Amino acid sequence: MTRTIVPAPVRKAVEVGASPDRAFAFFTARMGRWWRPDHSLLDGLPRADVVVEPRVGGRWYERATDGSECNWGKVLEWEPPGRVVLAWQLDADWRYDPDLITELEIRFVAVAESRTRVELEHRKLENFGVRAEEIRAALDSYNAWQGGLERFAELADREA
Amino acid sequence: MANANYAFAALADPTRRAVFERLARGPRAVGELAKGLPVSRPAVSQHLAVLKEAGLVKDHADGTRRVYRIDPAGLGALRAWLDRFWDSSLASFKAELEAEIRAEKQS
Repeated sequence: MTRTIVPAPVRKAVEVGASPDRAFAFFTARMGRWWRPDHSLLDGLPRADVVVEPRVGGRWYERATDGSECNWGKVLEWEPPGRVVLAWQLDADWRYDPDLITELEIRFVAVAESRTRVELEHRKLENFGVRAEEIRAALDSYNAWQGGLERFAELADREA
Repeated sequence: MANANYAFAALADPTRRAVFERLARGPRAVGELAKGLPVSRPAVSQHLAVLKEAGLVKDHADGTRRVYRIDPAGLGALRAWLDRFWDSSLASFKAELEAEIRAEKQS
């Protein structure tokens, strides 16, 4: 029997002072406003926007001020205001690969009046196309040094 | 497990971790990596050699330059990067959204 080892999804959550409607709209329709400028694939060109076309099959891309575009992925599921699933189609070298699909699910859960918990899951990371043995080695090391990186971040925060 | 131990040891050094984190943002030549780090260029080369030995980064020649990148086979590295990437992205999302809402309330 072949045992496949897959990396755990990356899961994150944050609470925001807005309704799910508002949070969903800001997340998807205004991505260019909040997506960090240093997280760009435009090769140094100034960014005009990050666009998520609001429908299943819609494109997810970054556009530069000169009009050139860089694909990031596409919309897999579109269920405003509760949930959206995007395909993140950037490979380990951050190049767009139409044959690669890793899934990014974002859920918007009301926790109080004008308060929403935004839950993010980046999964199917095994599709980054790594052989099982390499994954195994990487995950062994992951557990070891992830703790180190987290501690590093804590120390850095304390010093800041 | 030898690899795991190497990786752990390689990232135990803060400067090496800083070099690794810079590479997580995209491929860089040694000179670019050395800029903004409080260490000499030869020291950065040394750190890169250790990271390469640990299987965390790989390099290729680009003309006369040597360009380093995170080894995509080192999936642990990628996942760790994504973990931090989404932390900072969600923090930015929250900050921008709440700033906009505050601005509306004041106007």
